[in-house]
Amino acid sequence: MKIAIPVDEQNLESSVCPSFGRAPYFLFYNTVTKESYYIDNSAVASQGGAGIKAAQVIADQGTNVLIVPRCGENAEEVLRKSEIFIYKSIQGTAKQNIDAFEAEQLVLLNDFHSGLHDHGK
Amino acid sequence: MENNNVKIAVLSGKGGTGKTLVSVNLASVAGESIYIDCDVEEPNGHLFFKPTAIYQEDIAVKIPVVNESLCSGCRKCVDFCKFNALAFIKIKNKPYIFEEVCHSCGGCMLICPEKAISERERYIGKVQKGVSGNVTVNSGILNTGEESGIPIIKKLLEESASYEDFPVFIDCPPGSACMVMESIKNVDYCILVAEPTVFGVHNLSMVYDLVKLFGKPYGVVLNKCLDGENPAEIFCISKNIPILGRIPFDPELGKLNSEAKIAVRESERFRELFLSLYKTIMKEARHETTADSKR
Repeated sequence: MKIAIPVDEQNLESSVCPSFGRAPYFLFYNTVTKESYYIDNSAVASQGGAGIKAAQVIADQGTNVLIVPRCGENAEEVLRKSEIFIYKSIQGTAKQNIDAFEAEQLVLLNDFHSGLHDHGK
Repeated sequence: MENNNVKIAVLSGKGGTGKTLVSVNLASVAGESIYIDCDVEEPNGHLFFKPTAIYQEDIAVKIPVVNESLCSGCRKCVDFCKFNALAFIKIKNKPYIFEEVCHSCGGCMLICPEKAISERERYIGKVQKGVSGNVTVNSGILNTGEESGIPIIKKLLEESASYEDFPVFIDCPPGSACMVMESIKNVDYCILVAEPTVFGVHNLSMVYDLVKLFGKPYGVVLNKCLDGENPAEIFCISKNIPILGRIPFDPELGKLNSEAKIAVRESERFRELFLSLYKTIMKEARHETTADSKR
């Protein structure tokens, strides 16, 4: 199973990035091989639709599970249609979140915001 | 012969400074004229004009539709879309469209090698045209929740090109973003309305930067003027911005305005005030247009 997490830095001790669409990197972790790798989030500089594009990056990697603090409606739509489960992250590092997921301590995220597009208004 | 075909935009960095007051009253003292409400999110010029003989037209944008039996799943459309309005759903091998994110550029349709994408219309609002005295009143109305009113503004202004002999007054949306840029793109002159507050100056400086960026001739109308120091006036003097006129902070004007009455149609005093402002503006605008054509 492949897990994805938006992260601020490219290591397992990184904090989980509070933004999904605008996260600098995504961590991908294979629960079978215990291997991890990182991808730059190409959506980070998008003028609009960053959540959609970030979800596309996640889907293109063949991800099964995404762990995020929150997620917008458009991104959720892409992830759901791509049959990716979305779990709510906990306080702590990426590694602590992976461990919590494997220990079945994380819960599914079921509250999706309609966008933060108006926060500058 | 005097050229009356001058397009004048009225703008301000914030709402409530008096764009509608200025544009409605100027159009009303101008004789035969055109008033265009480009503040499509909250058009309110029509509340003053109460136009009759209304003609209405729905405005639509083009949205892509995928014919899934023709789509080969090459995902070229998804990779092409700069607005991220398309996502590729691998398990279905088909693109998925986010209509409200789409900017109607038509690129996905052009790039599709299978010709699987066609367009359909999605209604985002309307334009209304009517008459009030000597003024032709055109308003744009954007449906609530829509991303951008630019297609409506385009439609309003495209038609204004046909009014050859009359001055056109464009009541702009507040601020200095895309919809304002679209509104002032083809005008001959910009009137910046400012109020005498620190907020007024901050927002004036934003629209001032915008009109300079667009290389438009401009001048400021100081609204809600009180006795004593006017921060907006100080800003104009320091930047050498022409001051076209001053509208006093007047309870009678405020009352007429709050009752959605057109001040110049109700009071001789305000008629004179706006007529003199109109003459100053037309002189400036004509001067700039001639200077421009000689360049």
